[in-house]
Amino acid sequence: MKMRTLFTILSLLLLVGSGLNAQNKELLGAGATFPYPLYSKMFDVYNAKTGVKVNYQAIGSGGGIKQLIGKTVAFGGTDAPMTESEMKEASGEVVHIPMALGAVVITYNLPGNPELKMTPDVLADIFLGVITKWSDPRLKRLNPQVSLPDLPITVVHRSDGSGTTFVFSEYLGKVSSFWYNKVGVGKSLNWPVGLGGKGNPGVAGYVKQMPGAVGYVELTYALQNGMPVAVVKNKSGNFIKPTAESASQAANIAIPQNTRVSLTDTVAPKGYPIASFTWIILYREMKEGKMTKNQAAELVKLLGWMVKEGQQYAQPLHYSPLPKKAVQAAENVIKSLTFEGKKI
Amino acid sequence: MKNTTNKAFRLTLHMTALSVLLLLLAVFSSLLLFSLPSMKSLGWGFYTGRLWNPFTNEFGVLPFVFGTLATSFLALLMTVPSSLALSLLLGEYSREGGVASFLNSLIDLLAGIPSVIYGFWGMLVLIPLVRKVEEALRVPPFGVGIFTASLVLAIMILPYSASLGREVLKLVPQEQKEAAYALGATRYEVLRRVSIPYARSGIFAGFLLSLGRALGETMAVTMLIGNANILPGGIFSPGNTMASVIANEFSEATDPLYVASLIQVALVLFLLTTLINLLGKRLIRRGL
Repeated sequence: MKMRTLFTILSLLLLVGSGLNAQNKELLGAGATFPYPLYSKMFDVYNAKTGVKVNYQAIGSGGGIKQLIGKTVAFGGTDAPMTESEMKEASGEVVHIPMALGAVVITYNLPGNPELKMTPDVLADIFLGVITKWSDPRLKRLNPQVSLPDLPITVVHRSDGSGTTFVFSEYLGKVSSFWYNKVGVGKSLNWPVGLGGKGNPGVAGYVKQMPGAVGYVELTYALQNGMPVAVVKNKSGNFIKPTAESASQAANIAIPQNTRVSLTDTVAPKGYPIASFTWIILYREMKEGKMTKNQAAELVKLLGWMVKEGQQYAQPLHYSPLPKKAVQAAENVIKSLTFEGKKI
Repeated sequence: MKNTTNKAFRLTLHMTALSVLLLLLAVFSSLLLFSLPSMKSLGWGFYTGRLWNPFTNEFGVLPFVFGTLATSFLALLMTVPSSLALSLLLGEYSREGGVASFLNSLIDLLAGIPSVIYGFWGMLVLIPLVRKVEEALRVPPFGVGIFTASLVLAIMILPYSASLGREVLKLVPQEQKEAAYALGATRYEVLRRVSIPYARSGIFAGFLLSLGRALGETMAVTMLIGNANILPGGIFSPGNTMASVIANEFSEATDPLYVASLIQVALVLFLLTTLINLLGKRLIRRGL
């Protein structure tokens, strides 16, 4: 009997010991679904290289922010920068580190699926329900080479709260004050017209089934599925086709130190105007994030790798890599991370 | 010794039954607790508001209550004839034999299909069909909306009422039926005057079970209702339900009032389902 008790205690100790050991090599994160395929590729490669295991749960940007505030994860992932009120809710200063770029594209279902040109005001009016037909003179003037049918426009938007909706509405809010006042900016909105589809597949599914439908989806999703996308006029007056490259170009601007910068309606002349960073968020003082010193050091190394070497995995997966200036800004944020007040 | 075992067993039964009750109470009280912020700040406006706008923090549950009731009762209306027919066929006409066991297993299968698969099927098959109907009727051909969602719900809830109806019809005492036959009643007359009246409350309970299932169904409805947070203008109009809006928006909601409002939507759904169930039970007890 005694032997058995001893054995149990010993094996329990062993279990705890090995758990502790593994903990130093294991990091926990949660958040945005959009960068998930890219992150899992990066974490996979990194794990093979260093033995550090990263467990990232793709529960959505909002969830990532909640979990970071609740201190159940070491880092969060988000497509929309944290709002001021969210920053206040957190017990310590939270920093944003850009990891890649995403873009929101306009897709539609028209006979022959021609490439359409769109201007910001036309785009806003379509999603406001002001322009209701594809044969509208403003659309015709923009696309003289396309014979636009006399079809009613059916707007399709996301029904679930989403960073994609946030980026798209933020863009429309910048280019149309009417949009900002009437609809606003957010992950879920009170849409003036249209139907809601769940997730990118939901929106894409509705658009494909309804002649005359128009919707917005993530660039990566549109590229993977070969969907028709609109060319959008940017602030410099250039019509830009959404590609991984043109989305990267959107970040070719002066980036502030905290990297919490909105890239929609970018001033970059070659940049696609509906693009955004996707960030990893964490406490500047890493002890706030309930990490051991070893874990903090491992996370800092990992983040440094992701914004540099890790970027090569973006393009093959249709993500937009960070341009040089953004990498530099990201590295500066990483350098500012501390553990118990000391630099790592 | 035997007595103690007996007592222990009884105690276990009581405790288990009690724990279910406690769980229900816990769900209710946590819904109540977490929706306090929105109750305080929105007051009655929450129940009468038609606007759902997270940007301006205006939250009204009315469009979703309406959407939930409309889809559920429409689905019930659509399911009643086929469910009744199935119950009568399997509970009265062909109780045994190849056809009966085939149909019975089909009904069980229908109940076992995950709702997301119903949703997919609806998207791929029903939406184009409904679009054609809508084009013929000259309403905006969205293909999605209250009608499409109800149609799929009707199929999903069919097995519950059909199988309960079948079982209660089988319970009708053979003597009563034979007595009616002895008086010269036809098979139809026996059904009308003996079997259905005897099984009435059971059949009704089956519909109630189906309705309860329809009220809470989320995934299939979300995929087919069009998720427009408005009061629907007609049965072909897109709309949204309480369960669907919670599923759609909860995971990305971070603003405290927004979260509390979504939890209050859940509370309203909880209360509405309870209310409808209690009303139904009362009707059954009164013998209809």
